[in-house]
Amino acid sequence: MLLLPGILYLLLFFITPLISLVFTSFQQPVINGDIGQYSAGFQWQNYTDSVMQYLPLILRAFGYALLATVLALVVSYPLAYFIGVKVRGYPLVQSLLLTLVIAPFFISFLLRTLAWKQIMSDEGPLVVGLKALSLFPNDGHITGTPFAVIFGLTYNFIPFMTLPLYAVLERMDVRYIEAGNDLYASPFTTFRTITVPLSMPGIVSGTLLTFIPAAGDYINASGDFLGSAQTSMVGNAIESNFLVTQNYPVAAALSIVLMAVILIIVGFYVRRAGTEDLV
Amino acid sequence: MAAGTFAEKGADLELVGITKTFPGFTAIRSLDLFIPAGSFFALLGPSGCGKTTTLRLVAGLEEPTAGRIVIGGRDVTSTKSFQRPVNTVFQSYALFPHMSVLENVAFGLRRRGIAAPLDKAHEALRLVELDHLAARRPGQLSGGQQQRVALARAVVNRPALLLLDEPLGALDLKLRRQMQLELKDIQTEVGLTFLHVTHDQEEAMTMADTIAVMNKGEIEQMGAPEELYELPRTAFVANFLGQSNLFTGEVVGSTPDALTVAVGGQRLVIPSQRAPRRTGTVTVGVRPEKLLLLTSEPDAGSVTASGTNTLGPGRVIDVSFSGVSTQYTISVPGVGDVIVFAQNMVFGPVVHVGAEVWVSWNVEHGFGLEDSPEEAAAGAAEAAAAAGADGDVATSALTTVRG
Ligand SMILES: Nc1ncnc2c1ncn2[C@@H]1O[C@H](COP(=O)(O)OP(=O)(O)OP(=O)(O)O)[C@@H](O)[C@H]1O
Ligand SMILES: [Mg+2]
Repeated sequence: MLLLPGILYLLLFFITPLISLVFTSFQQPVINGDIGQYSAGFQWQNYTDSVMQYLPLILRAFGYALLATVLALVVSYPLAYFIGVKVRGYPLVQSLLLTLVIAPFFISFLLRTLAWKQIMSDEGPLVVGLKALSLFPNDGHITGTPFAVIFGLTYNFIPFMTLPLYAVLERMDVRYIEAGNDLYASPFTTFRTITVPLSMPGIVSGTLLTFIPAAGDYINASGDFLGSAQTSMVGNAIESNFLVTQNYPVAAALSIVLMAVILIIVGFYVRRAGTEDLV
Repeated sequence: MAAGTFAEKGADLELVGITKTFPGFTAIRSLDLFIPAGSFFALLGPSGCGKTTTLRLVAGLEEPTAGRIVIGGRDVTSTKSFQRPVNTVFQSYALFPHMSVLENVAFGLRRRGIAAPLDKAHEALRLVELDHLAARRPGQLSGGQQQRVALARAVVNRPALLLLDEPLGALDLKLRRQMQLELKDIQTEVGLTFLHVTHDQEEAMTMADTIAVMNKGEIEQMGAPEELYELPRTAFVANFLGQSNLFTGEVVGSTPDALTVAVGGQRLVIPSQRAPRRTGTVTVGVRPEKLLLLTSEPDAGSVTASGTNTLGPGRVIDVSFSGVSTQYTISVPGVGDVIVFAQNMVFGPVVHVGAEVWVSWNVEHGFGLEDSPEEAAAGAAEAAAAAGADGDVATSALTTVRG
């Protein structure tokens, strides 16, 4: 009985839109109808066509998301370790640093990304400065390159990586690290054999929280923000099919493909990371 | 230390003027200590006196505020923990929760590249009778089993210096005795140096070559177990290590051989060489098991001639039976309460509450304290508080020690 509200909630907000999405993905155009007019059908081709057409974008989306996740992990782990372990004795410093990590959330995602577009634009301080120092070719850009998109993805999702890592590291008993040191493990070996395995739950949730939204993101890679036509990800294709060309079945089919691939990857990943072995 | 081999013998440990200050609290006060290679050294003291802190300083897990740490002739004060030839059995075990018991034990061997780490780990686990649980995680073991894994994990490395922080505290008496024997075997076999922290006085006395009694970050007294027990120099040691009857009074007579002290109108004699303070007000003591209960007044003339001290008459105010012996508390007017441990040679108590009795003891068994009367009173109170906090461990040790 206590589960009832939860089940109703899931039915209403998760299952219903999903069913509607599946229906849409099989729809066929109305003969002689307007643009954006579709009727119920069973068009398998929606899937094959959209995957054929957008395969490079799908692959790019997962490639970018993977890179952004790895970069976010590399940046966040030392940060979370510092906040969670090194300054453990100073709660004030801890809260201050945590606030700084979350601070970007107080500004809209779009505004933040636009601000980076400004900074990295051809007239912006970064490019102008680099060119003045001759560190950058005169006809070079930053915006519109994969670099800018991956940077944007990394930057935007770093808090999602840092917070779960922090939560695990903050609770980690440093006596295990001391025991490692006592048993002849150098700081690096201790990190590899003790700290990392003990923080695995944080690594798994952090990478999932970064990878999943990054793979479906369409803001950073969009030409209006940090990307260009050359950096389009599957999210951009879904967006333009839904909102611009009103090709709802293709957009729906792509969404479902994206979801399925993410589910498969996550399933394998969680199993590999062996969370069930962790305490 | 050479990679891939065990220590060939123990290393000596020297602490020179070690002080450790935590923010707002000094845990260790200019501690000097020398532990010869191959010896079994026990550190005894009440909770919070700085035992664990001392071990952590030696292991390199804590940096001293002042002083030097020398292991095997090498100054290691500024070396990192993982470079010191030291292993620790942690009071909190600190077993790695994500590794099997076997991998926990093999961890140190692997780090040093010792051949056949798993075989040696199995061997160490057999020693603590846990080989059948090698595949389990530490979280699936009982407290006592975890403690034995912690013991195996440190001992398997055969370090030149092994630090044991109450390594047997969670074990039942039988298992504890057995582990004590195993530890002693390992220690003597290679001649390793053991620094052993324990709450169990009997354990300290049976196993250690040298015992140091620590109080409030300082070593009160150090010596062989017998020496420490028979000739405590402070009231704290006299009452922390076992129990003592202490009497304070003026010195009224002194010869090169003997000191006479007036206590509540009665005269007590102690050998001069067992009395560090020989003038003014002094505190003297005697162990409860050295006392003899008498139900009639001894012949006054024979007292000095036969070399015995007598106190009395007093009244028995408490009798408590503890198996091997019975503890009598006797209130002597002008002197205070005197405790007597008597072997239970017959069934039931020899005297009952309310009986009038005298106590006597051989002059040779008395000792004098270095403490001033004020220090003695404070030290006795601290020791009593510590014994109270330690509960049954202290009492059980007390009644079985040298009955
Ligand atoms: N990190 C620390 N910060 C502040 N004080 C500390 C710290 N570590 C220990 N202390 C204090 O130092 C004193 C000695 O602690 P220690 O752990 O050495 O005691 P112990 O003799 O091992 O006691 P026990 O027998 O209860 O284990 C205690 O009063 C403790 O509160
Ligand atoms: Mg301790």
